[in-house]
Amino acid sequence: MANDDLVQHLTKMQKDALKEIGNIGAGNAATAFSQFLNTKIDMTVPSAEVLSLSEVPEVTGNADQDVVGILLQAMGEAPASLLFLLSEKSAEHLLSSILDKEIDINEIDEMEISAMKEIGNILSGSYLSALNKLTGFNLIQSVPGFAHDMAAAVISSSMVPLSQASDYTLLIETQFLDGDHEIEGYFMLIPHLGSLKKILNSLGIET
Amino acid sequence: MAKNEHRVKMAEFAISSAPGVLITIGLGSCVGIALYDKRSKIGGLLHIMLPTNKKDLKPAKYADTGIPHMIEEMEKKGAKKRRMVAKIAGGAQMFSMGGDNSGLKVGERNVIKVKDILKEKNIDIIGEDVGKNYGRTMKFYTEDGKVLITSHRQDDNIL
Repeated sequence: MANDDLVQHLTKMQKDALKEIGNIGAGNAATAFSQFLNTKIDMTVPSAEVLSLSEVPEVTGNADQDVVGILLQAMGEAPASLLFLLSEKSAEHLLSSILDKEIDINEIDEMEISAMKEIGNILSGSYLSALNKLTGFNLIQSVPGFAHDMAAAVISSSMVPLSQASDYTLLIETQFLDGDHEIEGYFMLIPHLGSLKKILNSLGIET
Repeated sequence: MAKNEHRVKMAEFAISSAPGVLITIGLGSCVGIALYDKRSKIGGLLHIMLPTNKKDLKPAKYADTGIPHMIEEMEKKGAKKRRMVAKIAGGAQMFSMGGDNSGLKVGERNVIKVKDILKEKNIDIIGEDVGKNYGRTMKFYTEDGKVLITSHRQDDNIL
């Protein structure tokens, strides 16, 4: 069955399994997050939603709002895109806690962009290592890309590898929050063509 | 959003006539194509993601199937292809990448394909705001064919 067929006909059990992957992956990422920020990071129960591509740029609720996005590709048995999205305020908050200085997101320099990418690297790495452990895969991550622009432009451009093969996508999404809600971030796992089947099968779930 | 404004989402298109306004928000590597027939004041706005439809998927997602499809639908509403002109925007590269990633050159490939298809259809491009590395919003006024490009990085641009 082609990926787009599978994605449109996921059973409840299959979706639950994918949510669980999101849960464990994001749990790992939240722990990594907590450690380098030295504060407790909470996360929401992940959602695993099948969306038509046209709906995806709308997921944050405001397509026009500026966000910071860090995009990585997971390469190996089950290729996927990993997108970490942050509100501008959250990105500023994160960077200033790490670099210990005031940050204006509209004035960030190469060093600060690089720090932002490194945050994406660490989060994705911990997410992927959980995914690898669960599936027995050996997925590795690409160099991170950085964007700071309208949410719709950042998200839509992240959908390109997947969109070549399907009009639908599965979005496994988690939100991170710290105690004062200063970090509003989304972490999205977007499996590419064929990856969904491989992930489910590796968990012993028939497709 | 005002009453006569219509939002066009990614991989979709919409047709309107004066005084309708068509809007697409946040074109990144995607390209927005505004076609306008001045006589009938009918306009169509298409938001494509990719150059070529190889697997018979949603036509409006691709330049090669979306543009002909929208032209046909505009003609059904009374527009004439020989009177149409085009304005295009988008095709940026949103992510700065260290490594090579051909998938991310897609903005550039989109623009090339859109221009090819419009040439094939004999439709002149009379305005464009493409490439670079920032997101764009297109607002297309079917009253006079004006297209307003807004971004968070550059001043407004009227095509």
